[in-house]
Amino acid sequence: MNPKSLSLPETGTVRPVTLRLQDRLAAQLPKLVLAPTVIVTLVAVYGYMIWTGLLSLTSSRILPVWKFIGTDQYSKLLENDRWGVAVENLIIFGGLFILICLVLGVLMAILLDQKIRAEGALRTIYLYPMAISFIVTGTAWKWLLNPGLGLQKTIRDWGFESFTFDWLVNPDMVIYCLVIAAVWQSSGFVMALFLAGLRGVDQEMVKAAQLDGASMPMIYRRIILPCLKPVFFSAFVILSHIAIKSFDLVAALTGGGPGYSSDLPATFMYQHAFTRGQMGLGAASAMLMLGGVLAILVPYLYSELRSKKNG
Amino acid sequence: MVKPQQTLSQQLLRYGLYAILAVAALVYLLPLWVMLLTSLKDVEEIRSGTLLSLPGSINFDAWSKAWSGACTGSTCEGIAPFFANSFKIVIPAVLISTLIGALNGYVLSLWKFRGSELLFGAMLVGCFIPFQVILLPMARMLATLGLANTTTGLVAVHVTYGVAFTTLFFRNFYVGLPKELIAAARLDGAGFFFIFRRVVLPLSTPIIVVCVIWQFTQIWNDFLFGVVFSGSDTQPVTVALNNLVNTSFGGKEYNVDMAAALMAALPTLLVYVLAGKYFVRGLTAGAVKG
Repeated sequence: MNPKSLSLPETGTVRPVTLRLQDRLAAQLPKLVLAPTVIVTLVAVYGYMIWTGLLSLTSSRILPVWKFIGTDQYSKLLENDRWGVAVENLIIFGGLFILICLVLGVLMAILLDQKIRAEGALRTIYLYPMAISFIVTGTAWKWLLNPGLGLQKTIRDWGFESFTFDWLVNPDMVIYCLVIAAVWQSSGFVMALFLAGLRGVDQEMVKAAQLDGASMPMIYRRIILPCLKPVFFSAFVILSHIAIKSFDLVAALTGGGPGYSSDLPATFMYQHAFTRGQMGLGAASAMLMLGGVLAILVPYLYSELRSKKNG
Repeated sequence: MVKPQQTLSQQLLRYGLYAILAVAALVYLLPLWVMLLTSLKDVEEIRSGTLLSLPGSINFDAWSKAWSGACTGSTCEGIAPFFANSFKIVIPAVLISTLIGALNGYVLSLWKFRGSELLFGAMLVGCFIPFQVILLPMARMLATLGLANTTTGLVAVHVTYGVAFTTLFFRNFYVGLPKELIAAARLDGAGFFFIFRRVVLPLSTPIIVVCVIWQFTQIWNDFLFGVVFSGSDTQPVTVALNNLVNTSFGGKEYNVDMAAALMAALPTLLVYVLAGKYFVRGLTAGAVKG
């Protein structure tokens, strides 16, 4: 019983009781509304994570078998050459993809922030790939990059007979094809993030620096870019997230090939868990992917929370 | 800021700037342009010409074949049935996840209770996990519930993992509403749902638009859930497109591939062109505040 409801003036004999019941129900209503989502999240996010974690400790192949074999699947995974290639690819792909997107994004945002006349139209053009599915992106670039009829042939037909651009069929270079397509798709988005950040920079500070005779490059380096640090941070987190989850682009652009030279962890997991009947191994690879995401995310969330408390 | 009298070097710099931006725009447009050109050519023109050579005459044969005749794995009915599948998945999934997100956001911003922030944080994790980690148990669960390979199952999966985002959108939006408005309504004796319907919802149009566009784009473009959880007759268009492009028997028909790809991209592109402003807002809201 809470003291407030007790101190209510008694106006009737029956009503207060029903009112209190209603009140109590009403007080629980927000929790009731939230409950389904909380339950589903508990099961389908946390429960499933644990399920996959347990599965990765079993010898499951085509069907889940609850015979625990310790961390054998993980040692098998780390010895697996194909997994090694996938991880190495992710490092190359992720590193280049993030770096190029960040550099292009900042540059384009700065260039667009110079009171450009057609800014709206240009922004729309830079950003439209983000609205498209990675499958479409992959299909389009597969056509552009195919050596037989794509860019290579086009440039040869224009008179540069010895021009060679066969990365798509070259096991050593195919990973860079993924980088090209992914950068095309996502760099406009990074630009939009930075543009929003630039619009938030305190103009008074910039004006004061200008009055002090600072040059524009100097102002960018010393004042504006440091202000964009949080944007760099969140862009980095989003891009690394996209990189680790990259699955559709590989499926559409290279299919993991030639051979398995362009496999990424996400395609490795799918292959082993769903088409090759290696469920335990697939689960182990999924857990390592989760570990990778957490390794990036936890420090980020931690610093976010801290800055919110301080600010 | 542009001063009336610019020096020559300033003017040159300005021209250079516009030139760079224009070239960049061309680079971004190139793939779309090439896709369109290729889809309008016949196979002979594709073999003899370059990527950028114009088709001799515009013909839509590739488009009609991609729509209703091309082979996508086991069937040869084009991508039309799968296009319809995508809508059957996307429409309910978007509506349900938006509604749930609005209610959740309303609770988490205006009816906070002890521990609600913690629950919000716990839900947000759903935005970030790599979905590979839930695929296997989800497949088992759908099979147990008899929803394996069904449209309903796919809708359920999209709602389950979309609600984290929609909740985030609405919660961040409602946090900014004036508290007095709600307090006044509560003093007048209005209840939880009454305030939601009569006070909060009428103010929510912008965030509803953002949320619907975001969810529509995400779910339409999904491939992972589609390929794992759909059956051969419930596949979304992204999966069918991938099958079409990678179906290897017979000669490669790049014009049909490109036409199919453009069709698969059309709904989200259309949304983007018509409501780009909201699309960008959704991206940055989901991103920066997440």
